Amino acid sequence: MSSLRTLFEKVWSAHEVLPQSADTPAVMFIDLHLTHEVTSPQAFSALRERGLKVRRPDLTLATMDHSTPTRTEQVFGGAPITIDSAAKQIRQLERNCAEFGIELLGLQDARRGIVHIIGPELGITQPGKTIVCGDSHTSTHGAFGALAFGIGTTEVGHVLATQCLLQKKPRTFAVEVDGRLPAGVTAKDLILALIGQIGVSGGTGYVIEYRGEAIRALSMEERMTVCNMSIEAGARAGMIAPDEVTFEYLRGRPRAPQGAAWDAAVARWRALPSDPGAVFDKTVRLDASALQPMVTYGTNPGMVVPVGGSIPKRAGDPVFDAAMKYMGLVPGEPIGDAPINVVFVGSCTNGRLSDLRAAANVMRGRKVAAGVHMLVVPGSQSVKRDAEAEGLDEIFRAAGAEWRESGCSMCLGMNGDTVGKGEYAISTSNRNFEGRQGVGARTLLASPETAAASAIRGRVTDPREFLS
Amino acid sequence: MNPITVIRSRTVVMPSTNIDTDQIIPARFLTTTVKEGLGASLFADWRYDAEGHAKPDFILNRPEAAGCRVLVAGRNIGCGSSREHAPWALVDFGFQAVVSTEIADIFRNNSLKNGLLPVVVDEATHAWLLANPGAEVEIDLAEAQLRIDGRDPTPFPIEAFSRYCLLNGVDELGFLLSQDAAISAHESAAPDARRSA
Repeated sequence: MSSLRTLFEKVWSAHEVLPQSADTPAVMFIDLHLTHEVTSPQAFSALRERGLKVRRPDLTLATMDHSTPTRTEQVFGGAPITIDSAAKQIRQLERNCAEFGIELLGLQDARRGIVHIIGPELGITQPGKTIVCGDSHTSTHGAFGALAFGIGTTEVGHVLATQCLLQKKPRTFAVEVDGRLPAGVTAKDLILALIGQIGVSGGTGYVIEYRGEAIRALSMEERMTVCNMSIEAGARAGMIAPDEVTFEYLRGRPRAPQGAAWDAAVARWRALPSDPGAVFDKTVRLDASALQPMVTYGTNPGMVVPVGGSIPKRAGDPVFDAAMKYMGLVPGEPIGDAPINVVFVGSCTNGRLSDLRAAANVMRGRKVAAGVHMLVVPGSQSVKRDAEAEGLDEIFRAAGAEWRESGCSMCLGMNGDTVGKGEYAISTSNRNFEGRQGVGARTLLASPETAAASAIRGRVTDPREFLS
Repeated sequence: MNPITVIRSRTVVMPSTNIDTDQIIPARFLTTTVKEGLGASLFADWRYDAEGHAKPDFILNRPEAAGCRVLVAGRNIGCGSSREHAPWALVDFGFQAVVSTEIADIFRNNSLKNGLLPVVVDEATHAWLLANPGAEVEIDLAEAQLRIDGRDPTPFPIEAFSRYCLLNGVDELGFLLSQDAAISAHESAAPDARRSA
């Protein structure tokens, strides 16, 4: 076997408590466990039923994001949370964390936010770590060269009780992205184009490593957008080799190593990138310079076309026909003709400061089209504060958009921020599944720039019309 | 968890590809803090109309679906969200096995931990199952075979450890807890955050 190793193989082998054998999967140590109110209650109950305690409370961090309100009066003003069961779930997480000694960044904490936004913000997401959370978009943290993946609630219980997981070793998948993204084409467009190319199960069983000139040129926030949607291609994890961009992002963050420990950590992190010549089980190539702004037209993230393109025709494909019927769109028609009723800017995919800046840059001095409802939800309270300090909230408000407290919000509509039946929403989130944003809601996924441009026109619009 | 040995049942067929976990159990039902009772909301948006009445055409509402324990689905069932509520809802409804040509990773893992057997079969067997809804099948976990009368048995992949746990009705946590010494050794040898903070 070759001694040349990939980034994934280095992180994997450093965390093997026991390697996999013919009889048992590998026992993997988990460096950081993030948890939230929706996928943890049954795990804490399981611990209670078996009389177990949390092995390493210092390695679990809890917050609340999925079912939390985004209306200020419900977060800070004492107004009741609209959905009773959501309020109960929030209270349950508070009780569970108190009982088991886990740090909770609770509803009114200044550091609260979407779990995949706050890990990096705090500097607790670091290269070379194994990171898990009961949420499939845990893949986001792979942008730092961590091995990060979503788990189910039973596994949340395993991590709480043992700080370990049983895992079958996945295969490796190199996505080589050559060239540079043209102006007005974003990391979101890159990952949507990739999913369109390899399909929504193209990464099943693999850990993706995003590589190449275009990836190296991305900021950390853009890299997070790319890794975030790895799961939409079926890959549980997506990774990017740590480099100077990574180190600069982490330097000085509250929970990043400091002083001599920082220097030692960086020295370790520099050894993580895949060895030149390391072999991947599968490789695909993409030319970034040929990409355009992308938008989805169907009911999975792989059903995607350039904003200037047309919906394809696939006669005799019942799945495609069902998607078209659900979306109320016509094969062969330009996607630019699709009307927009709702615009959502936010989520763990595109709810960071640079995303809000990009949308605001398009919106500045312009108005949301008549009849269009636009919701801007920062990914964290920190993002919200930073955006307000720059006046981004004023740009959105002046345009006619709503500006909210942080959370997952309309990405999955658990908290009541939903899209109405039959309405078309252009959304910077990650899933356009049937009913994802509300019963009967029709979702078109796009970048913050494309969402903002579409808000102004009231139909799917190429953001390059507004960028000069 | 009840041990699984052999599942004998007629099939329910849902031929759509990429049935995601948002379809299996929509997000608005995830504000629960228990596992039980989710079967009533299984496939809620396909199963009920806006007034909450069962849609008579939907397969799970049809009389022939009653008592079926094997769901045959199109390729890549379980993609999307990691919500374990998806297998909880399927099990609560009465399913014991999901059969497809591809099953998404996290859903597969979650299913194995809840006594819901993920059965990945070859294209030809899958095509036959899709074309013969309601067929009587026998899924033998010990032999890792799906059997249909008059056809050769179809093998399916299953890890030795998961098979052991399912056959014996034990969960995986006991094994992890038994590794305490190895975990402690790993923690004390690790260079960084794994040491006690």
